[in-house]
Amino acid sequence: MESKTLFDKIWDAHTVKQIEGGPSVLYIDRHLIHEVTSPVAFLGLKNRGLKVFRPELTTATPDHNVPTENQHLTIIDELSRHQVDMLKKNCKEHGIVYHDLQSDGHGIVHIIGPELGLTQPGMTIVCGDSHTSTHGAFGAIAFGIGTSEVEMVLASQCIMQPKPKKMRISVNGKLKKGVTAKDIALYIISQISTSGGTGHFIEYAGSAITSLSMEGRMTLCNLSIESGARGGMVAPDETTYNYIKGRQFAPAGEQWEKALNGWKQLKTEEGAVFDKEYTFDAADIEPMITYGTNPGMGIGITQSIPLANGMEGSDKNTYLKSLQYMGYSEGEPMIGKPVDYVFVGSCTNGRIEDFRTFASFIQGRKKAPNVTAWLVPGSKHVEKQIRAEGLDKVLEAAGFQLRQPGCSACLAMNDDKIPEGKYAVSTSNRNFEGRQGPGARTMLASPLTAAAAAVTGVITDPRDLLAS
Amino acid sequence: MAYDKISIITSSAVPLPIENVDTDQIIPARFLKAVERKGFGDNLFRDWRYEKNGSPKEGFPLNDPRYSGKILVAGKNFGSGSSREHAIWALYDYGFRVVVSSFYADIFKNNALNIGLLPVVVSPEFLLKVFTAIEEDPTTQFETDLENQKFTLLKTGESSGFEISAYKKHCLKNGLDDIDYLVSSKEEIEVFEKNR
Repeated sequence: MESKTLFDKIWDAHTVKQIEGGPSVLYIDRHLIHEVTSPVAFLGLKNRGLKVFRPELTTATPDHNVPTENQHLTIIDELSRHQVDMLKKNCKEHGIVYHDLQSDGHGIVHIIGPELGLTQPGMTIVCGDSHTSTHGAFGAIAFGIGTSEVEMVLASQCIMQPKPKKMRISVNGKLKKGVTAKDIALYIISQISTSGGTGHFIEYAGSAITSLSMEGRMTLCNLSIESGARGGMVAPDETTYNYIKGRQFAPAGEQWEKALNGWKQLKTEEGAVFDKEYTFDAADIEPMITYGTNPGMGIGITQSIPLANGMEGSDKNTYLKSLQYMGYSEGEPMIGKPVDYVFVGSCTNGRIEDFRTFASFIQGRKKAPNVTAWLVPGSKHVEKQIRAEGLDKVLEAAGFQLRQPGCSACLAMNDDKIPEGKYAVSTSNRNFEGRQGPGARTMLASPLTAAAAAVTGVITDPRDLLAS
Repeated sequence: MAYDKISIITSSAVPLPIENVDTDQIIPARFLKAVERKGFGDNLFRDWRYEKNGSPKEGFPLNDPRYSGKILVAGKNFGSGSSREHAIWALYDYGFRVVVSSFYADIFKNNALNIGLLPVVVSPEFLLKVFTAIEEDPTTQFETDLENQKFTLLKTGESSGFEISAYKKHCLKNGLDDIDYLVSSKEEIEVFEKNR
């Protein structure tokens, strides 16, 4: 029998049927919804006179629109409030569990799934949000979908999907000091480009990957979509099992043993074939920063902005348009460039490990006076843990304040917008034009590099300030 | 939501010779707050199309009176980034029925096929030919023939084939969507659930 990849095993186990000359009908184990991409899907159900088919397999929370201050008050923005209210109403009407603002289960949808133990190896997980790829860290097939597909899942617990090709990206060796999962991801995207993964589903492998924590694996898988891939996954191992055990919706007792036996089978078999393979050396990766307007435009922090020499036609025009937007020129070094804002948070880097990293770096230092810093925990649970570990005190002593959970400045849909022309070092996932606010200029980086910028007020190599 | 059935679409085209156009540009997040699918076309390419005060930006193709039509021609890797279907709703609501490029992001392509916007993939060379033809004559006509999977530059007769699955072709020709199909497959889905 042909050897199977991890992806094949999960895909095949969820294929209800294969339509001739068309997509597969894929069964979905977990469906996560939020306020932005679900209302039109619920409206569609209503217009067709349908009910939610398996309400117990969908979980909801508002995250994109929510303010990150004063969450006990009514949301001021009328449209945002209406969207959040609609989610609540739709969930109530259809019997879907809804984690409201300020409740223990509230947070960014991709942060709460794993925290609640809803995300498990071997599952198919979808959400109307491209960063659903985050959940692949647990050895699940997880990917973002559009609103029509949200409606499909609500109506039938299935989705129609053409089977993607398979790609394996191996990163071998030991990461250097100051290099994090975020840097691995930005490095990979800078190497394969923002369309290098298109049409594929990635499996990450190699010693630099398996030595990552679950938080690190989630950061890496989260950014899979930025290479164009549908998703990315890491085979489950002890690190995965230890993270899941004891969580609210994780299997317990006999069920745990049964689940564990199944999860241990979730590996790519020897000899299984991938459509594309890349191998990188961990030692080649340094802390990364982006200088342009897509996540593939990233370089090692000590490097200079690439020259447009050798590019031509629309490639060159697109490149120069991007630099013009950023207010940068070819050949300039990134170190020392001014920073106005620092944002730590999002489904990419809004987990406890990210705040531990940030806090330990800024401990004993002070926030640079020219920097406005927004530190936004990814969930209520992360916020509580930050306080329980006393990290909030460390942050306050250095002049930082913690905000309340939400997507915040990642996408400028709520009140947290970077003003026009300002430079933000951001731990989020996209540096597109206007992504963090009309005219805002984003530099993507790790929480460590963000911390270095926050205390120096300029782009700084965090390794220069790390104790040796 | 019902969409127009597609057979043959003959039209002039609007050129957007920029690469990696992400869905945040097609429709910025701050315009995603509606709870109904209405009026998204007004904010299509909002920040490229309008000044802050709401006046049209000169030079942007959608504001250029020379260009019009049901076909948008865009640089490679069109529709990358966010999964927001609102991007397609905006293109559709504005009046586009076909997008032509040499490469699309996956989610964009799926979303487009789901709501009746046909994503035509041509080679980079043919794409350049299309851009050049529009530049030379903005009224030049193109024919998109779904049945024969052919995109033709009518003036010269040059054409390019394009791929689409037999299933999706059937859907687009008949204005069907996947939800109807899935709902009609419920018994099979229940059997699958029982046998897992």
